[in-house]
Amino acid sequence: MSITKDNVLHVAGLARLDLSQEEVARYEVELNDVLEFMEKLNELDTQGVEPTTHVLDISNVFRQDIVEASSDVEEILANAPDREDDYFKVPSIL
Amino acid sequence: MNKGYEAVIGLEVHVELKTKTKIFCSCTTEFGGSPNTHVCPVCLGLPGVLPVINEKVVEFGVRTGLALNAKVPNYSKFDRKNYYYPDLTKNFQTSQFDLPICEHGFLDIEVDGIVKRIGITRAHMEEDAGKLVHSGKTISSSYSSNVDYNRVGVPLLEIVSDPDLRSSEEAKEYVDSLRRILTYIDISDCKMEEGSIRADANVSVRKIGASEFGIRTETKNLNSLKALQKAIEYEIERQIEVLEDGGVIEQETRTWDDEQGITLAMRSKADAHDYRYFPEPDLPPIILSDEYIEEVRASLPELPESRKKRLIEADGLSDYDANLIIADRHLADYYDQVRKEISDGKLIVNYLMGDYYRELGEAGLSFVTSPVKPEAFIELLQLILDKTISGKIAKEIIPIMIKEVKSPKSIVEEKGLVQISDSSELEGMILEVISNNPKAVEDYRAGKGNSIGFLVGQVMKASKGKANPALVNELLKKHLC
Repeated sequence: MSITKDNVLHVAGLARLDLSQEEVARYEVELNDVLEFMEKLNELDTQGVEPTTHVLDISNVFRQDIVEASSDVEEILANAPDREDDYFKVPSIL
Repeated sequence: MNKGYEAVIGLEVHVELKTKTKIFCSCTTEFGGSPNTHVCPVCLGLPGVLPVINEKVVEFGVRTGLALNAKVPNYSKFDRKNYYYPDLTKNFQTSQFDLPICEHGFLDIEVDGIVKRIGITRAHMEEDAGKLVHSGKTISSSYSSNVDYNRVGVPLLEIVSDPDLRSSEEAKEYVDSLRRILTYIDISDCKMEEGSIRADANVSVRKIGASEFGIRTETKNLNSLKALQKAIEYEIERQIEVLEDGGVIEQETRTWDDEQGITLAMRSKADAHDYRYFPEPDLPPIILSDEYIEEVRASLPELPESRKKRLIEADGLSDYDANLIIADRHLADYYDQVRKEISDGKLIVNYLMGDYYRELGEAGLSFVTSPVKPEAFIELLQLILDKTISGKIAKEIIPIMIKEVKSPKSIVEEKGLVQISDSSELEGMILEVISNNPKAVEDYRAGKGNSIGFLVGQVMKASKGKANPALVNELLKKHLC
């Protein structure tokens, strides 16, 4: 498949990116290059190979259900762009 | 008004799991708490943190799958569901996509005496999101929002039904049955009013007999059974109206406005979510052995449907009584414990659901918080069965058992309530009642058999409820003939 201008705008929309016309044109080319490169993988014979869901050969890393202290609220809010009392304050949604 | 249409309904039920800690970190799941105090870097998804799965969440997922007759696969994994909304700081929710903890189950519901099997597509584990407090009256008129992330990471199980439901009653019954099963297997409090169980309804309509589904809408924010039923009914009517007017249904997400009693469009198809799921690299897969799955299966309690069957078939209870008992697991367990010593199931139900239930209510207690242990209840019924006390005295004893937490035997002894079953002790009272009630005596002799009930009542009153009513009946008849 190849990437169209609409695909670029759709992906940009999902990522909340506001692109200029020049950027849209540039990403159209770049994303197509990326996909073309990925096409190389299709040259491999993957018959009989299980799909990979995790790159490390580990499983069942579990934790016991025991409560530990949470962080201090000031620490939690230290990186908040804006706050109101002890809440994170965000611009209106929708 | 169905105008030849039928509704097709599928439900997504989110259940908050009853764990002490969150799904991927050790923060408490306790409800409430002042804003952002149950939060750590994992909850916020700060760079460099590593989430670790709570083993209890996996166990609860397996329990649920097995209780819902589903397949629990040996291999399961987590995925990232990407979306932009400040209820999560990570811009994705850690959830499960193609390999959930269980799939292909079912549960049976009963509506108007007809049993119907409802398919369960899947149940998957995921994290809950934070709570937004909007400054304006509605979301759209808000200038800014405040976010509390305490709820982030509270473990959820999303249980998705097949589109097998056809009416709001069936949907209500489905949620009710589901809730009962989940409280039996003890994985959630299932309190709809506290948000520990929430439902989204997918509703579409089609002409009866059509094989294709109509275009569906998803209604969110259904946090009571009443809201669920009302929203589904509203959606069905709205969609039929749109189609009858020659319109088309928009595939969209709607929200239920409880105050106005209507559903409102939230998001149209134009901004339909494209979640771009991909495997969560920070969480290794879950591999469950057959032995582990069987171990969990063996630990499940007897489920409501099978209990109901047993109560009807083995104990001879009516369908109605059996439903009363199985409605609550604690009550059903209590009944079973009493039943071990008392073979008359109907007697147990009468006393449990009659005076005892009413007195508990008056004392502001429930079956769970009642101080009356099954042993004391058994003792009470034994006193009745061996005729030490009458049913009338039992009624007097029950409130004392609840308020003073005393054994029925000690109450009977203290208050001298032992039933009088000695005919010589009753003779005097009977003769007095006969001489004081000539009218009733005359009626009885004239053939009005039921006037003896009145006379028995008078003797019971004279004995302060202590006379053995069967014996009084017998003695009265002897004197009156």
